[in-house]
Amino acid sequence: MQIRPILAALRRHRVAAFLIGMEIALACAILCNALFLISARIDTMQVSSGVDEDRLVVVSLDGVDDNAAADLAARLRSGLAGIAGVQSVAVTNAVPFGQQAGEAGFRLRADDPHYDNQGHFYVGGPALPSTLGLQLAEGRWFTPDEFGPISEFLPRSPSIMLDSEYARTLWPGESPLGKTVYAIDKAFRVVGTYRSLLRPNPNPGHTHNTLLLAGIPGKGLASVYVLRTAPGKADQVLQAARALVARVAPAVVVNQDYTDTISGLRRSYFAADRAMAGMLVGVIAALLLVTALGIVGLASFWVQQRRKQIGVRRALGATRGDILRYFQTENFLIVSFGIALGMVLAFGLNLVLMSRYELPRLPLFYLPAGALLLWVLGQLAVLAPALRAAAVPPVVATRSV
Amino acid sequence: MFAYYLDLALRSLRRSPVLTGMMVLAIGLGIGASMTMLTVLHVMTRDPLPELSAQLYYPHLDPLPANYPARSEWGDPSDNFTWPDAMALLEAHRADQQAAMAGGRVLAWPVQAGRMPFRIGGRYATAGFFDLFGLRFEQGRGWTAADDEARARLVVLSHALAMQLFGRTDVVGRTVRLGDARFQVGGVTADWAPQPQFYADASGRGNYGESDRFFLPLATALDLDLSVSGNQASWKEGGKTSGNYTWLQVWVRLKNAAQARAYRQFLIDYSASQQKLGRFERPPANAALYPMMDWLAHQKLVPNDLRLQLWLALGFLVVCLVNIVALLLAKFLRRSGEVSVRRALGARRRDIFLQFGVESALVGSLGGLLGVAIAQAGLWSVRQRPDSYAHVARMDLSMLALTVLLAIAGSLLAGMLPAWRASRVAPALQLKAQ
Repeated sequence: MQIRPILAALRRHRVAAFLIGMEIALACAILCNALFLISARIDTMQVSSGVDEDRLVVVSLDGVDDNAAADLAARLRSGLAGIAGVQSVAVTNAVPFGQQAGEAGFRLRADDPHYDNQGHFYVGGPALPSTLGLQLAEGRWFTPDEFGPISEFLPRSPSIMLDSEYARTLWPGESPLGKTVYAIDKAFRVVGTYRSLLRPNPNPGHTHNTLLLAGIPGKGLASVYVLRTAPGKADQVLQAARALVARVAPAVVVNQDYTDTISGLRRSYFAADRAMAGMLVGVIAALLLVTALGIVGLASFWVQQRRKQIGVRRALGATRGDILRYFQTENFLIVSFGIALGMVLAFGLNLVLMSRYELPRLPLFYLPAGALLLWVLGQLAVLAPALRAAAVPPVVATRSV
Repeated sequence: MFAYYLDLALRSLRRSPVLTGMMVLAIGLGIGASMTMLTVLHVMTRDPLPELSAQLYYPHLDPLPANYPARSEWGDPSDNFTWPDAMALLEAHRADQQAAMAGGRVLAWPVQAGRMPFRIGGRYATAGFFDLFGLRFEQGRGWTAADDEARARLVVLSHALAMQLFGRTDVVGRTVRLGDARFQVGGVTADWAPQPQFYADASGRGNYGESDRFFLPLATALDLDLSVSGNQASWKEGGKTSGNYTWLQVWVRLKNAAQARAYRQFLIDYSASQQKLGRFERPPANAALYPMMDWLAHQKLVPNDLRLQLWLALGFLVVCLVNIVALLLAKFLRRSGEVSVRRALGARRRDIFLQFGVESALVGSLGGLLGVAIAQAGLWSVRQRPDSYAHVARMDLSMLALTVLLAIAGSLLAGMLPAWRASRVAPALQLKAQ
């Protein structure tokens, strides 16, 4: 197959060919960046919570009266523990993908004027680590005498635990055990670290900056209950728990938005990201469709325009395959030109997005991926017009138009 | 002449229905996607209170300590007011109408025994709130400054809440239980739901789709320690009435630019006096007075995701237009023979250009109609999204007209180059070749 006759023919249609090339270039730039945005969303949505989401049921309550909280918490804990399929019950202030409850700044030195570190303080009753299924990384769990009543919103407790990864960023190269964390006007000593507990509202920049304090259920710690259920029992337990709250505590209201399994809470938490990813997929599909329409339209025109020449070539001995390959090669050349330009554009667009929307740099492998997609699209789009061209009989050459 | 060109265009388009369909579809998709996003943005940034917005201002003071970390992620604490500052501004009476306020959520108890209580959002405000924003009362009235002073247990219900609790609105004097306290109903307002909820705390991001269901005196809420929603920040020990705990919003109504200038100066003077007292550590020039729409812009109500989607949609429109240019070019140049005959028979280049311009505009009009349909489908899908702004996304007449105009303008622009090229065809050469 010779390329020079194709180039010569394209030179006669350089404006149209250039425009289709430009369209492919723009499509390539948008495609690469949109694919990248989608994959970033998917990464965000796949963040690990560190707990067994399907088996953990969360019950969140509104309108808990502080004066009756201790009594209420005790009644609810024993009531919830009695539901068939519940293995253990714990009181907490928050759960992954639930309502944020204890975001606070803290410092590592008592004399530091700034609260430069910010994390989510989980406050849990004695059963929380075992109910969530947390694993100890270093040190030890809280001892029973370390649990304190809540004042302001943190418990009066001498000890604190942290996510092990997070502890490493706070004290790089040092053991966190025995270190002190100063929050509000209280000081807490680190007694241990646990492996991986996600914050309630993770975002790409902040996922595991969590701390755990030991609180006595009661005033300020009676609104969120976590239930560990036997496998496959979560839905049943959820229904039974709702009914139980209405019976045991008629004065409080179940917060329906935050009463679900943790996997259910995760679904609602990422609903907006899923919608955004869906919208991006829609844009990509529409973009590919329009690009394909352009290729089909132009190729069809060229085929019609060149019917006579095609007939002449066929009469002079060219096979159908030759004609088919001619149009395929022509399309390949135009698309390649578009892709080459598109890669530069994709990179430029990414730079703009990086500066305006704090997106990370486009990984290079998106460029060949986008290119491959467009080459395939181009070949598929040109196939129908090219087959029509190949079907032109040699006898056309002898007819006058 | 125009009718003749229109006829020619119709014939030409009908001759190649597949290609015409492709062009119309491309324009429709591009315009539909762009208009969907433009409409969402238009709805989110529109004026929530057109009759008063020109007179409403949000004062800004900066009571933060000099070394307070600047943290954008959680909002700027100085966007809100401390209790002493808000009260000082109100007591100075430099504006005819003014009010301090905070949002709150409480449990409302149905009047009938045995029904479950439900959680509702409302506003704690000083007495001037209703006049300031021009709320209309269906029954009764608001409360007075004396009621504020006395921490009166008074509540004003919205029409919707009165109907929900009592099934009627003539309920002035009845008692309602909110949280753990009982309040006497002082009035019922007509439903009032400015979108975005411009007067609320910035962390609410416009609170699209929400409205206040009840109003009660700010001092009463403070007295009962009712829960406050929105961003609250403190940098020293001390409760809600201390000078280092920001949680309130203050709005004032000023009639003209001169009053606004005077008020701005008053804010700077106030900051300077507080600095002298040792309370404020930052320069008095940080004080500012935002007109309402500037304040909304300052709050950055439009999320980055949405801007990104708008840019994607516009990029997509450009791709569609380039596509149309290429297709029209091929189509027009293919008719070089026809053009040459017309030119030889006396048509001027201008006539040819006009003829093809009309054809482009026709494609654009059809594409615009399709675009309106696609944008409606797009907006429907936006309304299914979980974001709070989603369900206010609807197209009004002006956006509808803009859609069609944009489609025609876009396709005219796209048709320009092909039409120009077609009008440059040398008739002699073409005719000889045939």
